[in-house]
Amino acid sequence: MAAIEMQPPRLTVGPFAWLRKNLFSTWYNVLLTFLALGLLYALLRPAIQWSLTEARWGVIPANLTLFMVGQYPREQLWRVWLSIYLLGALLGLSWGIWKDAARGFALIALGAGLAFALIGLLLNSNVWMHWLLAVALLLGCYALGRILTARIGSIMILAWLLYFPLVILLIAGSRFIPFFSPVPANAWGGLLLTLMITIIGNVTSLPLGILLALGRRSKLPIVRYFSIGYIELIRGVPLVSVLFMAYLLVPLFLPSDVPQPDTVIRAIIGFILFEAAYQAENVRGGLQAVPRGQYEAAQALGLSGPLTLSLIILPQALRAVIPAIFNSFISLFKDTSLVAIIGLFDILRIGRSVLAQSDWLGTHREVFLFAFVIYWVFNLAFTYGSRRMEEALGVGTR
Amino acid sequence: MSDNDTSQEIIICRDVHKWFDNFHVLKGIHLNVKKGEVIVIFGPSGSGKSTFIRCINRLEEHQKGQIIVDGLELGNDIRNIEKIRQEVGMVFQQFNLFPHLTVIQNIMLAPLWVRRTPKQLSRDQAMQLLRRVGIPEQAEKYPAQLSGGQQQRVAIARALAMQPKIMLFDEPTSALDPEMIKEVLDVMIELAKSGMTIVAVTHEMGFARAVANRMIFFDKGEIIEQGTPKQIFENPQSDRTKLFLSQILRH
Repeated sequence: MAAIEMQPPRLTVGPFAWLRKNLFSTWYNVLLTFLALGLLYALLRPAIQWSLTEARWGVIPANLTLFMVGQYPREQLWRVWLSIYLLGALLGLSWGIWKDAARGFALIALGAGLAFALIGLLLNSNVWMHWLLAVALLLGCYALGRILTARIGSIMILAWLLYFPLVILLIAGSRFIPFFSPVPANAWGGLLLTLMITIIGNVTSLPLGILLALGRRSKLPIVRYFSIGYIELIRGVPLVSVLFMAYLLVPLFLPSDVPQPDTVIRAIIGFILFEAAYQAENVRGGLQAVPRGQYEAAQALGLSGPLTLSLIILPQALRAVIPAIFNSFISLFKDTSLVAIIGLFDILRIGRSVLAQSDWLGTHREVFLFAFVIYWVFNLAFTYGSRRMEEALGVGTR
Repeated sequence: MSDNDTSQEIIICRDVHKWFDNFHVLKGIHLNVKKGEVIVIFGPSGSGKSTFIRCINRLEEHQKGQIIVDGLELGNDIRNIEKIRQEVGMVFQQFNLFPHLTVIQNIMLAPLWVRRTPKQLSRDQAMQLLRRVGIPEQAEKYPAQLSGGQQQRVAIARALAMQPKIMLFDEPTSALDPEMIKEVLDVMIELAKSGMTIVAVTHEMGFARAVANRMIFFDKGEIIEQGTPKQIFENPQSDRTKLFLSQILRH
């Protein structure tokens, strides 16, 4: 009965096999390859030439701190570094504990940290020490996480949930906490501002979106109509108008004896309100994907409504729409560039102010290419990390 | 099991009616089930038999009449309903396992969250149940990695984990490939012999013959005929029963 054991056919791998298969498989493919290379060279040659000879890249290192944190008080920068250390430690722990699900993000952070350290060294700046420390923390906590194993998985989720408010507190400060004197939100700028809006906006709007999605399916007419009305209202207007509305109207909703919130806070409120409507629609799609039998099985076991929702329905619904949710995260990240219209200095607007410096007149290309690359690299990294996470979480679902 | 003991009726249905919009699905069902009894309900599709057993744990609402399970009446009081559901296990045609949880997590879920059983204890009990249904080695797999028959056995173990007084089976073998039907029926037969009260909608006449105390023939929302397997198979009274039996037993 023994069947003959056979090796699977040998796969051709490696860069040369790939080149041969995709670029040089036939004579006309060879021709096309060279034609395309020639065309690319003709198109890119001026750009490459410019970037190597004419471009004044000095504008970037000269203003790097400005690009990164805007007007954030320089003597308080250690609070930004502290947030980065914490992020490294948390990512390392998550990597050690959750393995595959967090590996993508951890590896990206590791690579980024090392790259930044190298850039710091090249620029003769002392930031390389900070980045190396963050990388060391990441690796150390990874080792620690492997020892602790999955036992503290739920504590990790809590730690992540606490991390974001904690970072806001670190960055913003408060007069009630020693050593963390308040930094007015209007002093946040550059990449720091962009990331703060992205993080606070996304972390807050997702739970709101989940509530709205559940509200839209509620049996109570008031809740249902409110949710539908809200979602359709927000989805029917452009983000710019929501930002203006938040800027102009938030003060009206607050009693006059309360200090008026900073423009940044108003902008963040605008983003949260806007993004929640979109996340609600994402989540609704996920809820619809959960078969009726799942509700019935949970009910038949005697699970209450809230338990059914939190243990059975939402985990499946959210998992089904992770790509859509992450997609909205990325949209919000890019949309933060709109805060310039209500007078905030995100990384793009900082670029414009740098151009006004007399030393760096006419460096438009350099500055905007830099901003372009920053956005692109962050999105690329995030996309990579989230795709790894999707794959890891997909285990067990059909 | 004792046929003349009327004090131990665990399910009492009196004149149960249900409509889907204008369609009258259940037309006055009277049925009492004693503790330890094994009831097989059969009949043509669309006869209301599935709807009826789904009324017993209120996955469907009845609109007229009375259903009393283990001394509690099913009404609009959600606490009563949840209490009854904890005492009534159900096994579905499509298994309905939770795909995002492993086999053992599927089984531990309800004891852990509803009964508040300590984690280690519910894990031990879950493993014991997996051994009882014959697949302890699958504990850490996800449902999608199991065959249909194995999934249905996990579903039975999941229902048993709540230590229910009654088990409802809604066509448990209809979605299975033929070679897997037996492994599920074996578990059901073992369960019936252990003294569990069972109400099963099924066309597995071998199962009925082996363990049923009573068989009930449903058609067009009514109970047409009931009796012991011997009476039903050897001497059916109604023409509709005879016709239906001849159709399903022909092969």
